[in-house]
Amino acid sequence: MSKKILVVGEIRDGEFRNVSFEAIAAAKQIADGGEVVGTLLGETIGDLANEMILYGADRVVTVESDKLAQYTPEGYTQALHAVVEKENPEGILLGHTSIGRDVAPKLASRLKSGLVSDVVSMENDQGETVFTRPIYSGKAFEKKVIESGLVFATLRPNNIPALERDESRSGGTESLDVEIKDLQTIIKEVVKNTASGVDLSEASVIVAGGRGMKGEENFAILNELADVLGGAVGASRGACDAEYCDYALQIGQTGKVVTPDLYIAVGLSGAIQHVAGMSNSKVIVAINKDPEAEIFQIADYGIVGDLFDVVPKLTDEFKKVLV
Amino acid sequence: MNIYVIMKRTFDTEEKIQIENGEVVEDGAEFIINPYDEYAIEEAIKLRDEHGGEVTIVSVGDEETEKQIRTGLAMGADKAVLIEDEDVEHGDPYSTEQILAAYFKDKEVDIILGGNIAVDGGSGQVGPRLAEQLGFNHVTSIVKIDIEDGKANIERDVEGDQEILEVPLPLLVTAQQGLNEPRYPSLPGIMKAKKKPLETLDLDDLDLEEDDVEGKTKTVEKYLPPEKAAGKILEGETEEQVTELVSLLKNEAKVI
Repeated sequence: MSKKILVVGEIRDGEFRNVSFEAIAAAKQIADGGEVVGTLLGETIGDLANEMILYGADRVVTVESDKLAQYTPEGYTQALHAVVEKENPEGILLGHTSIGRDVAPKLASRLKSGLVSDVVSMENDQGETVFTRPIYSGKAFEKKVIESGLVFATLRPNNIPALERDESRSGGTESLDVEIKDLQTIIKEVVKNTASGVDLSEASVIVAGGRGMKGEENFAILNELADVLGGAVGASRGACDAEYCDYALQIGQTGKVVTPDLYIAVGLSGAIQHVAGMSNSKVIVAINKDPEAEIFQIADYGIVGDLFDVVPKLTDEFKKVLV
Repeated sequence: MNIYVIMKRTFDTEEKIQIENGEVVEDGAEFIINPYDEYAIEEAIKLRDEHGGEVTIVSVGDEETEKQIRTGLAMGADKAVLIEDEDVEHGDPYSTEQILAAYFKDKEVDIILGGNIAVDGGSGQVGPRLAEQLGFNHVTSIVKIDIEDGKANIERDVEGDQEILEVPLPLLVTAQQGLNEPRYPSLPGIMKAKKKPLETLDLDDLDLEEDDVEGKTKTVEKYLPPEKAAGKILEGETEEQVTELVSLLKNEAKVI
């Protein structure tokens, strides 16, 4: 049975998060011939709305307000609730991003709805959508269905492929007036920390360092390698605990769970705690001087050697090949 | 201040997961306080020590949860409530929201702290859901909090960036790693914890029917990811290894 699905787009620093387009592709699958309605919130949206159409949405509803210039749970929930009331969709999809994780449960509570978080794949089973999501940080998986009410889910970035951008597509864009009231959260400042600007959760290449890095200053060689590959730098808990880097970089069961195309593990042992956060990466490379290190058990390719010798040479080799 | 911590008992993160008959095998596994909730307990104790008041741990779970609750009391929380959820069918975050909301509806609360996610289910839904139902503001993934004049000044982790914000109480926050370094319970703390009040409630006590707390989602299958075969260890001098690796990534794995 065809359904109407609402996709909440997300813009960061003036650009779409790719997961918004991935969510449109997922929504088309769930809609099963029904309508996919994109929605975008912000102070001024302009031409950006049309991008959602080029990636597969049938039309887009925007909510513009100076109170939506920055994300706040209350502002976004009010705006999204108004869009839901107007459109009355049978499903809602968002990216499992900082915003998606924060607003979706609040909106689900307001709508008295279920919510499946952090979905990595989905299938249709006799008209019912079955979502797959990791549990125990990827040590296991579960399949979930919605028992009653909205088909409401957040999708992990970089797992469900987006559709090709199609310039020939067209669709309507309309603006919905919503009066945003009683905002109590005041955002004072946002301090950008991500050195390379590539977000860990959406990076297609991650270079991660462990205790073997021996010091904060040595992360420079990982940054250089990541830069050549257009990737992001991560770290094991051991490296964070040793204060080689910020906890924001931590990958593992406590920390971020990532699924890049290429994961290069440098000087990290592969403790179960860390592996839970990265074992579902498509290709894993391990560089470690200890041939017995656990990380080699899950790596597709391994180099046993001194990372301070291997990593700079690897960076140079990538530079040669990728020019 | 009336400070509450919502806490979950979870598998130790060092545990391997085994699945039998569609369920995760719990026999013989070590259980711990969900690591993110441990940060919440630590921060709650610090806030109490600074501002006065009481820290109450609230947990939804089975009777085994007492052990983790006692650990939280040994860290320094003042009292605890265990809400037994054995009657909940297909429990999901919606269910936990209903149970906690029923518990909190007649409580005087300044702040509720919880973990950013639980390391087992990993949905991160319960905190924001509960805040919504109680009409509280919420801030997830916090790495710093100071409270002054009925307002909280907070730093939160937004995918690596830090957002600095101000929000009035009552408030629900969820803890991200980096918020603090949880203390180990001291021996006197452990002795004292045995005598601290622990109230046990069930759904009846909260005037909840089984239908009120039935999940909106249902798990139809749990499974382990396929075991990965050990990969290829590259041979030769560093230069050769590096050249071969880049070539394999380009031509065989096709990821660059």
